[in-house]
Parts: sequence; structure tokens; C-alpha cells
Amino acid sequence: MSVILSDISKSYDRVSALDRISFSAESGELFGVIGPDGAGKSTLFRIIASLLVPDKGTCRVSGYDVVTGYREIRRMIGYMPGRFSLYMDLTVEENLAFYARVFGTTIRANFDLVREVYSQIEPFRKRLAGKLSGGMKQKLALSCALIHRPRLLILDEPTTGVDAVSRREFWELLGRIRQEGITILVSTPYMDEAVLCDRVAMIHRGNLLDITAPEELKEYNYPLYSLRSKRGAYAYLDKIRNLEGCRSAWLFGDELHVTISSTDEVEGICREVSRWADASLVWKPIPAGIEDRFIELMQ
Amino acid sequence: MNRPPEHIIEVRDLVKRFGSFVANDHLTFSVFRGEIFGFLGANGAGKTTALRILCGLSYPTSGEIMVAGHNVYRERESIKRKIGYMSQKFSLYEDLTVSENIRLYAGIYGLGRKYIREREKQLLEQLNLSEIRDRLIRSIPLGWKQKLAFSIAIFHRPVIVFLDEPTGGVDPITRRQFWEMIHQATKEGITVFVTTHYMDEAEYCSRVSIMAAGRIEALETPAALKEKFEVSNMNEVFLKLARREKEQHR
Amino acid sequence: MKRFAGFVRKEFLHIFRDARTLAILFGLPMVMIVLFGYVVTNDIKDVRIGIWDRSHDHITREAVSKILSSGYFVLAGTVETEEEIGSLFRSGGAKVVVIFDPGFERTLVRENRAAIRLMADASDANSAQLAQSYLQSVLLRYFQDLNQGATLPWQIEVKPRMFYNEQMKGVFMFVPGLMALILMLISAMMTSVTITREKEFGTMELLLASPLKPREIILGKVTPYILLSFINAMTIVLLGFLVFGVPVAGSLWLLMLESLLYITLALSLGVLISTTARTQQIAMVMSLLGLMLPTILLSGFIFPIDNMPLILQWFSAIMPARWFVVIIKNIMLKGTGMAFIWKETMILAGMTTLFILAAVKRFRIRIQ
Repeated sequence: MSVILSDISKSYDRVSALDRISFSAESGELFGVIGPDGAGKSTLFRIIASLLVPDKGTCRVSGYDVVTGYREIRRMIGYMPGRFSLYMDLTVEENLAFYARVFGTTIRANFDLVREVYSQIEPFRKRLAGKLSGGMKQKLALSCALIHRPRLLILDEPTTGVDAVSRREFWELLGRIRQEGITILVSTPYMDEAVLCDRVAMIHRGNLLDITAPEELKEYNYPLYSLRSKRGAYAYLDKIRNLEGCRSAWLFGDELHVTISSTDEVEGICREVSRWADASLVWKPIPAGIEDRFIELMQ
Repeated sequence: MNRPPEHIIEVRDLVKRFGSFVANDHLTFSVFRGEIFGFLGANGAGKTTALRILCGLSYPTSGEIMVAGHNVYRERESIKRKIGYMSQKFSLYEDLTVSENIRLYAGIYGLGRKYIREREKQLLEQLNLSEIRDRLIRSIPLGWKQKLAFSIAIFHRPVIVFLDEPTGGVDPITRRQFWEMIHQATKEGITVFVTTHYMDEAEYCSRVSIMAAGRIEALETPAALKEKFEVSNMNEVFLKLARREKEQHR
Repeated sequence: MKRFAGFVRKEFLHIFRDARTLAILFGLPMVMIVLFGYVVTNDIKDVRIGIWDRSHDHITREAVSKILSSGYFVLAGTVETEEEIGSLFRSGGAKVVVIFDPGFERTLVRENRAAIRLMADASDANSAQLAQSYLQSVLLRYFQDLNQGATLPWQIEVKPRMFYNEQMKGVFMFVPGLMALILMLISAMMTSVTITREKEFGTMELLLASPLKPREIILGKVTPYILLSFINAMTIVLLGFLVFGVPVAGSLWLLMLESLLYITLALSLGVLISTTARTQQIAMVMSLLGLMLPTILLSGFIFPIDNMPLILQWFSAIMPARWFVVIIKNIMLKGTGMAFIWKETMILAGMTTLFILAAVKRFRIRIQ
């Protein structure tokens, strides 16, 4: 159940939404697409789900072309669009039953797959979907996408606007679903969720910046350091940006991530920093994360 | 001798009820001048309700609330003149230009025309938007929009500015630039009251309050919270707190 | 004050930058004035009249030529028998018939008075009333001229008789018109709204991404409304009969079938609108402005079509309601069968097919 994109491009009113995107997701992979609003994530997923026709390029899902083979593709995929797309005036049960019926199956047939997700919303099964909290709606939408045992799950920003706890639980569910051999494509604007994927594609303004596995960020070509201090990282931001050899410095929570232009400059910078009288200052090299890489590619 | 920090916001036993549903249950807290106060909590915890009360957009059911030295029940108009507001959902008019938006909001706060013209020029240069001052908002990228919206919110140099999830959906660089702007604003004496879903942004705050089910469950500096819960980042603090909540309600 | 001025300026900017609002602000009033001006008129012209001259004498011939040259009437045909009047009205060939009894001139000369009979198709009560009064005035004026300088003036009595609606009850006319309007509104508007609602809430995306075929989606959306609209239609007929005494002179089965045809037409129109509208609001406005207003004004159920300028008459021809009103009136008031309404039925059937084909073609299997 693989997904292969080749040079996919799409424009709206002369504005380019996607520009020559190519990548492939393997069977059983948890593949993440990260990028801010307007990056083109939704457009990309709609093309893969055969709901939009690309202007250029091809996309094949399990061998079928999204343009010509949409009928077959729509039988195999489970799609969760942004805003959850549930029937607000139907109950939890009724929503699930509807989608099961539409795919020619019953709730019971694939219940084992959905059980774990569904058990979290089961106490509310007679409640109208419109009256559920964000986290519950998210789980219901996931159940509806799973109920017919699709071979490919396409989830468009399922965690946006949902609280941190629900987000964490959702990703744990995804991990277990992946173990059933279902390929999962997920998009999210939250960089910290990227580490939970097998591989991640970074998209910005319609351009594919990079594809990488979270652990193997060998592509970060510059020395990266972290600066921490009880005085607050912000206090040192301008100072360090003005240093010769500092390529960039950005706030990262309670620390600064400082990218140095080249290995030659490292010694010089370290010496400078050590001269700043601050006993609480912690300055050390760190491995690059997805967000560092994203920022680097954006510049 | 150290003067006690000046209270820009003082809230005592704030209660807001909608029928039988209690959205805010006896909230008590203060916000000091010049700090970045993070107001966190899950959706439905009552953050937005409290925020709206502080901005003068709705009436509390009971409680003593003072914002920028004014009483929230009797002096709402005075409060509105001294505060700024910006939210993720709406900040600027899409079918007006950059310049028109600046002048509209500045005009609403009663700034003089010459003053507006000078400050507008300054602002556009600072944000690198001088070339697009006559472009419609709907055609400029989200990141620029949000930064512009923030600048407009503090254009009239308010005592305190309220930011409701201001960085939702923007790219990582813009997000950081935004927070650099926030830091700069506090340097100039503006107090910042911000809600956010990004836990790393919680680290930028001087103090953080976490709400759950209408109550404030924690209110301390990020460092103190991390120590208390024995974790290394605010995300973990939040999760641990939420898990504790769940267990207590079983 | 400056605050206020700044705000007002912004509002003007919003208005002028939105083409749709401008169109409604300025375009709509102009269209409405022109439309209403032409449509709402109490003048008549070119009313089709049948002549039954059983006398064929000098006076009757002159009277007839005066009628036909008045500009208000157009000759539909001459009548030879009683039955022909009935069939002329049933087929809609004529709206009024004027009858001169045999030996008209002789009776006038001998008795100084005579009667002229008028028959009118009152299934359209307003028009009938108007036609009748115009006819009366033409005749009376002619005879007045004749009477100039006469020692004993002739007295003419005009005896009107209304067909199909003896008491000239307005409600007889309204029930068919209302049926056309209500069915069109409910079926078309409701269907268009329910489909665009799915688009607005995003659930349409999910439906499309499923194995459901477009025709299944459309049919599924439309079926409940077919049932409900049909019940509505029959309720209107029942109420009309029970409360106002509006009869169903013809076949009830035919009535039901024609109603079903019309409902199907309205529903396909609704689906067509939904393929064009992005939101429920737009769908509703399109239905109201594009369907309700023209239907009320141009379908002929309040304002007679024959009196409108030619261009509006053409517009009226593309209003499905106009044809449906004719069909309903024929069945309910005149009691005719398919023989007399096959033309209108064909037109409706043709429109229905057109709308269905267009709707299916436009219903995208993808989002764009």
C-alpha cells in the first residue's frame, strides 16, 4: 500500500500552492508532513485522496493513478479532513454507523481495529457529535476513517486546535494502528509531533524542503550549540547574533539555539561566550532537531 | 528598599456562570507590570471566558477585578483605552490595505493624524513592509499578517496587551520573531498577557498559570513548575498536571 | 468623533470593494422597479376573443369589427355551437366569447333594446373581470355613437357569465399559483441548502472520498424531499377543497402525476443551484432571488402574462411555474384531461431532463 508522488504541482488563481513535490511513502509507514498554514499540506492530501486533480505530475496510490483510478482508491482509503467533518446533528453511534454502511461494512466487522479509539468515546455514544469536545471529535473522526479497515489512512491536521493531552493520546493510538500494517499519512503544524513519525516531509509555501527520518538528521551541516542561563536566554540574543561567525540564533523555549557558520569559527565563539561573566550560563553542542533543520532550510 | 511590583491586573475570586455551568470558579491571581504572563489550559478550561472578562468584553458574575488601575464593572471604557488586543482568529480586515488597517486602529484609539503618519512609517520600516503598504491584507502571507497585527495592537502604547493564541499556524521563524517582538515590547514597559497551545512558548513567560475545569491549578514561574513536577520541559508539566486531574476525577 | 469617522470610512471601503454587495445595493432596486413597472398593470391588450354571431346582420358585424379594431382583443375564432365555447375555453384558445343572439338588429328595432351575452374563462378571475369590463365599454361606446341624435335610444344590456369560477372567487386562482410557488420554493431551496451544507461543514469531502457514487449522493439527498413535497402538494389541494371549496374537476391521478413531475423539476433545479453555490447562504439567496421573485411576478398567477411586454413574456416562458399553473388550473378548474395539457407537460418534462442532466454533469466528483 504505497504512495508515490512525482513532481506534483498545483496552482490556484496563479498562486502556486504546490511546486514539484516528489516523495514516496512505504507500506506500513507512519509518514508525517509538517509545515505551517499555507504550506500546501491540505492541498497535497486532497490530491492523494483523489479529491483534487494536480496541474502537473503524477501520484499513484497502491499502483492506481489518482486521476484515472479514483474509484479504486476511494475504496481503499480512510480520510480525515481538517475540521473533522462529522455530522454535528447525528450522534456518535449514528455517525459511525453511517460511514460503516457507506463502505459496505458494519461496525461489528472491524470493531477490533477501532476498539481502542472507540472505547475512549463510548460513554458518549448517544451524544450529538456537535456537543463533543475537540479531543472527542478527533477520536470519533478517526474511528469513522478506520471503520472499514482502509489500507491507507490520510489524516489532515488531526491534532490542530486540540489540547496537549489529547494530542499525545492521539499519537499513541496512531502508533498502534500502524502496527496493524496500515500506512498512515499525517500532516501537522506542530514540529514536536514530527519525532513520532517514521519519516517526515517538510513543506513550506508549496516547496518540499526535505524528507528525513527524525533520528538521522545528519543533513544539518553546521555546528549547533545551545545557550542556557538563569538570566533568561533572550538577554543574550542580540549579543550572540552580533558575534562574528554566528550564522543564526533563535529562541527555543528556555534556551537559544546558535548555528555557527563553520567548524573553524567554533573555537572563537566558545572563547567569546566563556568571557561573559555568568556563572549560570550553560553552553554546549547539541544534535539538530527537526525544527532546527526546518528553520535552516527556510533561510 | 524594593518597591513591590506594580499590579497591572488584580483578580480576586472571579466567578463566571452561564446558567448552571461554572466557566470560571473563584479565580485569584495578579499580573505585574512588565511581565509576560502565560495563561494556559486545555480548550474548555475557561481561558477564553476569563480573557474576555479582562478585556472588558463581558461581565463577570462576581469577584473583584482591576485592570490597568480601573474597576472592570464601572470603568470599562477607561480600560479599553489602555489595553491592546490581538487574536489568532481575527486580527486585521482582509479587504483593507496594510496602511488602511494601521490608520483605522490608530484612529480608533484617538491618536493624532501627524503622529500616526510618523509612527506608521517607522513601523513599516521596522517590519520591512514599506513596499507593500498599499496591498490588501488578504494577499500577504500569514506570518507578516500576525506580526503586523501585533504591532498595531501596541501602536497606541497600551499598558497591557492581550494576545489570544497569536502564533497559531505560522512558520517556526515567524513564531520566534513574534516572540522577539513581545520581548522588545516588555522592555518598553508594556505588560503582555498571552494564551498559547505551544508549550515551548510557555517557557518564554515570566510566570505561567494553568487552568483546568474553571480553576487555576498552578501558577508559578516555568522553572519552579519544572522543578515541582520533576520534568525538563513545560510540555511534560502540562501532561503531568492533566494526568493528575484525570485521576482526581475518577 | 475622529474614531467614528475612521470607522465609517472603513465601512464604505468594505462596501465598495465587494462586487456582490454593490450589485445588490444598486442593481436590485433598478431591476425591481423596471420589472414591477411593466408587470403590474391593469391595462389589457390582445385578449383572445371568440365570436358567436348568430344574427349576421349589419349591426352585429359592425359591433364585431369595432371590438376587433379596439386594440384590446384579438380574434381567436368564430363559434358555431355551444360545445365549441367549452372547448375553446378548455384549450385556452380564448379568454372571452361574445354572443349575439339571432335576429339581433330586428329585436333592437322592434323593442328598442337587446341583450348581448358574454362568457368569460374565470379560471383567471382578474383577467376575466378586466376583459369583460373592457368589452362592455367598447360595446357601449359603439351603441352610444349609434344612438347620437336618435329619438328613442336603444338600450343594450350586457349579460356576463363566468365559466369555471361562477362566484369569481380569487382563491380559485390562488391555489394553483400557490402550489406552484410553494413546491418550487420548498423543493428547490431545501435541496440546494442541504447539499451546500455538506460542502460548508466539510462532510462532502468525506462523502466524495468514499465509494459513494455521485448519483447515489444526489438521489439520497433528494428522495426525502420528493416524499415530503408530495405530501405538501396534496395537503394544499385538500385544504383548498375543504376550506375554500376549490374543486378538483378533473382526474386526481393526473393531478398527482403532474405534481410529481413538477416536484422532480424543482428538485433538480435545487441540485443545479447547489453545484454553483459555495455556502448555504448563497444557495438560499439564489433560490429566493432567482426562483421566488420571478415565479411570483412572471408565472402569471397574479399578474396576467398577456399584458406584459414581449420580452417579459419570453422570460415567463422559461419559468416552469408558468406552465405548471396552466396545467393545474386545467385539471382542477376546467376538468380537462391530458389531451389539453400535453404540450405543457412536454415542456415541463423537457425542462426536468435538462436540469437533471446539467446537475449531474456539474456535480463534481472532486473539490475545486
